[in-house]
Amino acid sequence: MQFDSFSEALTMGGHGGFVWAAYAITFVVILVMMVRPVINTRSMQGTIQREFDRKQAHEKDAS
Amino acid sequence: MWRIIHQLGSPPWVYRFCDRVIPWLLPLTAVALIVGSAWGLLFAPTDYKQGDSYRIIYIHVPAAVVSLAGYYIMAFAGLVSLVWRIKLADLAMRAAAPIGAAFTAVALITGAIWGKPTWGAWWVWDARVTSMLILFFLYVGVIALFQAYDNKTIAARACAILSLVGTVNIPIIYKSVDWWYSLHQPASIKFTGSSAIDASMLYPLLGMIVAFYALFALLLMLNLKQSLTSEYSQSNWLIKRITT
Repeated sequence: MQFDSFSEALTMGGHGGFVWAAYAITFVVILVMMVRPVINTRSMQGTIQREFDRKQAHEKDAS
Repeated sequence: MWRIIHQLGSPPWVYRFCDRVIPWLLPLTAVALIVGSAWGLLFAPTDYKQGDSYRIIYIHVPAAVVSLAGYYIMAFAGLVSLVWRIKLADLAMRAAAPIGAAFTAVALITGAIWGKPTWGAWWVWDARVTSMLILFFLYVGVIALFQAYDNKTIAARACAILSLVGTVNIPIIYKSVDWWYSLHQPASIKFTGSSAIDASMLYPLLGMIVAFYALFALLLMLNLKQSLTSEYSQSNWLIKRITT
């Protein structure tokens, strides 16, 4: 560990604000990029599933 | 060999491949990113010249490296879709564009944050920074161009051409710090000869570069799965796969 205390790791000799902000922004971007396609795919899969169920029920009624 | 190429062009095979790899790649990438960041932030030694502000290197350089490599991946997919008219190559090209744009944005933003304490300015119009900004516009251009056309076959072709023409920018970015007088420091890692960086700083940096490559692969698969789901929502293979 390069820092003796938690507050030293936060301030980093005056550069802490820059360093932590850079990491925070990066991780927010990464998180958004990960979550967005997962949510979109799930919602489309839900639509396909519902459409399938509807057709299935319809075929049952017809027979 | 031909079998692999044939499979890479097959949407059901690629969909299944993504489904199988993502559950492994996601936790691995997450752990690599967290461990690498902790190493760079807390355990790597302080730089004797720049102090602790240099710790931004552990996200700035990996993001920049992968944003350049990602452009080649996107352009190659564009070439394949242009020459052989393979639908999947077109989807891969468009899956790569937003990831590349995000990585380039991260490189630019972290560069600005690093520039303030080091150069005394958030932004300078020097060769490296400006050519990276052009890279960002190229990525965004591919996304915007696809949406500008109603005919998606023509849109895909236009995007492929734009991404291929844009590859000319990549060597310029690589060489910009050598060709022009620049505030930006030259590369610390060299493939030939000794690197201008100590092992205690180099290893976490290499670790983060690997982690960012893994992240690019993961995001590419997530995006590809999304576009496959939307593109083949009426296809029997996909309906069967989702509903069973």
